[in-house]
Amino acid sequence: MGLDKLLVVGAALFCCGLYTILTRRNAVAVLMGVELILNSANINFVAFSHYVSRTIGGQIFAVFVIVLAAAEAAVALAIFLRLYATTGTVEVDTADHLKG
Amino acid sequence: MIRYAHFIPLLPLFAFFINIAVGRRLPRKGDWVSLGAIAIGLAISIGIFYEVFRVYDPNFKYHVTFPWLDLGGRFVIRAGILIDNVTAVMLLVVTGVSALVHLFSVGYMHGDPRYSRYFAYLSIFSFSMLGLVLSDSFFFIYIFWELVGVSSYLLIGFWFEKKSASDAGKKAFIVNRVGDFGFLLGFLLLFATTGALGYDEVFQAIREGKIEGTLLTLAGIGIFCGAIGKSAQFPLHVWLPDAMEGPTPVSALIHAATMVAAGVYLVGRVYPIFTPDAFLVIAYIGLVTLFITATIALAATDIKKVLAYSTCSQLGFMIMGLGVGGYTAGLAHLTTHAAFKACLFLGSGSVIHAVHSQEITEMGALRRKMPITFVTFLVATLSIAGVPFFSGFYSKDMILGAALEFGLRNPKHILLFAGALFTAGLTAFYMFRLVILTFLGKPKDHHKFDHAHESPPNMWVPLVILAGLSFSFWYSGWFGDLVKKPASAVPVVSAAVHGEPATADSSSLAAALPHAQTPVHEASTATHDVSGSRTERTGGHAAAHGGESDHDAHLAHTAHTWAMFSSVAVGTLGISLAFVVYFFGWVNPDRVAAAFSPMHTFLRNKWYFDELYEATAVNGMKALSRGLGWFDLHVVDGLVNLCAQLGVWTSFLVGKFDNSVVDGAVNGVATVTIESGSFFRRFQTGKLYHYVFVLAGGILIIYLVKAF
Repeated sequence: MGLDKLLVVGAALFCCGLYTILTRRNAVAVLMGVELILNSANINFVAFSHYVSRTIGGQIFAVFVIVLAAAEAAVALAIFLRLYATTGTVEVDTADHLKG
Repeated sequence: MIRYAHFIPLLPLFAFFINIAVGRRLPRKGDWVSLGAIAIGLAISIGIFYEVFRVYDPNFKYHVTFPWLDLGGRFVIRAGILIDNVTAVMLLVVTGVSALVHLFSVGYMHGDPRYSRYFAYLSIFSFSMLGLVLSDSFFFIYIFWELVGVSSYLLIGFWFEKKSASDAGKKAFIVNRVGDFGFLLGFLLLFATTGALGYDEVFQAIREGKIEGTLLTLAGIGIFCGAIGKSAQFPLHVWLPDAMEGPTPVSALIHAATMVAAGVYLVGRVYPIFTPDAFLVIAYIGLVTLFITATIALAATDIKKVLAYSTCSQLGFMIMGLGVGGYTAGLAHLTTHAAFKACLFLGSGSVIHAVHSQEITEMGALRRKMPITFVTFLVATLSIAGVPFFSGFYSKDMILGAALEFGLRNPKHILLFAGALFTAGLTAFYMFRLVILTFLGKPKDHHKFDHAHESPPNMWVPLVILAGLSFSFWYSGWFGDLVKKPASAVPVVSAAVHGEPATADSSSLAAALPHAQTPVHEASTATHDVSGSRTERTGGHAAAHGGESDHDAHLAHTAHTWAMFSSVAVGTLGISLAFVVYFFGWVNPDRVAAAFSPMHTFLRNKWYFDELYEATAVNGMKALSRGLGWFDLHVVDGLVNLCAQLGVWTSFLVGKFDNSVVDGAVNGVATVTIESGSFFRRFQTGKLYHYVFVLAGGILIIYLVKAF
C-alpha cells in the first residue's frame, strides 16, 4: 500500500461526493454527498500523516472532522425538518426564497 | 454782570424744554416760564449794556471760549462768547423786543389751544437769536443761523390749520435755505483757505493774505447770501410778506428786531472780510430791495403787508448803508428800526385784535376808539418817515449821508444816494397813507368801527414803551462813539490789484472805503484821530491818500449836511402828498390808479415776483423733479430690474445645471447601482448545484492555471 493508492481512493471518493451534490435534488442525498467529500478529505489527512509528516496531527484532524460532520449532519437534518414543515418537500430547488 | 452772559440764551432754552414738556400742566399754561426767562435775559442785557456804557471804549471786547469739540487733538472747535459794543446793543434790542413781544402775546394769544406751545416756540426762537448774537465764530453763527430758520418756520406756520400759514412757513424756510447755502459756501471757502473758524482768526488770516482777491470777494458775497435770505433782500425778499400769516406778535418779533436783523448783524459782524467789490454788490442789492419793496408797499391794502414791505425796504436801507461804508449808520438803523417797527407791528396787532380785519380799506377813524394805539402808532410812523427828533430820522439820515459821501467820491455810484432819497420820500408817503386810512378820516365799515375797542394794558404797555424808544435822543451821541467801523482786514494793495483795471476810478473806490471809516455823523477832533490811526493800520494806503484826511472830513461833513436837508425835504413832501391824496381828497387815488392802471396792477401784483419764481424756480424745480423722477423710474429702476432679470436668468441656468448635472450625477449613481444589481442578481440563482458547479469549476480552473 502506498501513498498514491490512498490518494486515488480519496480523489475517487471526492468525485463521487461532488457528483452526488451536483446531480441530486433531495436535500438528504446532497448531505450524503457532503459527507463523502468530508471523508475523502479525512483519507487524505490520514494518508499524509502516515506517509509524509509522520506525526499524528493529521489523524487528530480527521477525528475532529468526523465530529464536525456529525454535528453538521445534526444541524442540517434539523434545517431539513423545518424546510419540510414549511414547504412540504425536501427538494433543495424549492428553497430559493432569498433569491433576489 | 458780563460774567453771566451765557445765561441770556440758556434760560430761554430751558424755558423751551419746560414748556414743550410740561407747559400745559403748569399754572397759566407756562407763559410765565418763557416770560420770566426772557425777562431775566433782559435784566442781564441791561446790566451788560450798563457796564459797557460805563467803560465807554469803542474797542471794548469780552471774549471767553472753551473747547467744544476735540477732533483728535489736531483740530479743536472752540465755542465761545464774544461781546463787544455791537453785541451789547444787539442783546439789548433782541431781549427788549422779545420780552415786550412775550408780554404782548399773553394778551394776544389768550385762549389759543396751543398757548403753551406758542410760548415754547417763542423761547426757542429767542434762544437761537441770542446765541447768534453772542457767538464768536462762523461755525456757531451758522448753527444758530439755521436754528433761527427752523424756529421761524415753527412760528410762522403756528396756525398750521390754515393752508396759507403752513405754506408761508414752508416758503420762509425754503427761501431762507437758498440764502443759507450761499452762507455755507462762503464760510467753507474761508475755512478751506484760512483753516480758522473764529472771527478774529479769520480776520488775521485775511490780513496775512491767506485768501485774497476774487476768492475773498466770492467768500464775502457768499456770506452776504445768508444775509440776503434772512434779511429778506432782493431777490429772496418774497418770504417776508407771506410770513405775515403768523400771529402778529411773531411778525413783530421776527420781522422787526430779530430774524431779519440777523442778516444785517451778520454783515456788520464780518465787516472786515468784505472787499470793495463785495461792498458794491451789497450796496446795490440794498438799493434794489429798498426801492422795489417800497413801491409794492404803495399799493398794498393789508395793514400787515404794508408793514412787511416797509420792513423789507428799511432792511434794504440798512444793507445799502453797510455797503457804502456806513457801518455805524447801518447798525444804528437796525437798532432804531427794531424799536419803531416792533411798535408798528404790535400796533397793527392791536388794531387787528380790535376790528378783526387786516384790510385798511375797512378801517378809518379808529383814532377815536383806540387813542393809545393811535398815538404810539403815529410816533413810530413819524420815526420811520424820518421826521426830525425821531429815531428813524437820526439813523436814516446817517445812511443817506454815507450814501451821498460815497456818491461824491465815486460819481458813477451817485444812483445809490438818489434811489435811497427818493425811496425815503416814498416811505413817508405810504406810511402816512396807512395812518390816515386806518386812524383818521371817517369810518368805512360802521359795523367793525362800532365793535372796535382799545386793547387791554398788557397790550398797550409794550406799545407805549416802544413808542418811547422811537425818539432820537436815546441814540444820538453814544451810539456813534461806541459802534465804530472795524478796520478792514483786506489789504488795500490786493484790493487795487484785483479790482478793475487800475483806472483812477477803481483805485479811488478802493481808497474811499477805508476812509469812510470816519464816523460820519460828526466831525470832531476825535474822529480825526481815529481816522489817522486807521490810516496807519491799513499800511501803504496812507502814503497815497494821507494828505486827504482833512479833505475827507470836510467832504463827509458836506455830504451829511446835504443829506439831512434833502431827507427832511423829501420826508415833508411825502407826508404832505399823503395828506393831499388821502386826507383832504384833493386828488382821488382811485383815478390816479386808473390813470396808471398797468403800473398799479404791476405794483398790486408785487412786481410779479411770486409769479416769476413760480414760473422759473418752482416750475423749474418741478420739471427737474419730474425729470429726476423719470430717471429714477426708468434708468435707476431699469438698472434694478435689469439686475433682477439677470438674477432670474442666472438662477434659471443654475437651476438647469442643478437639475441635469448634479441631479443627473446622483440619479446616475442610483441607476448604475440598480442596473448592475439587476445584472448581477441573475447569478444568484438559489440553485445549490449551480453554486457547487461554479465552485468546482473554479477549483479546476485554478488547478489548470497552476499546472500550466
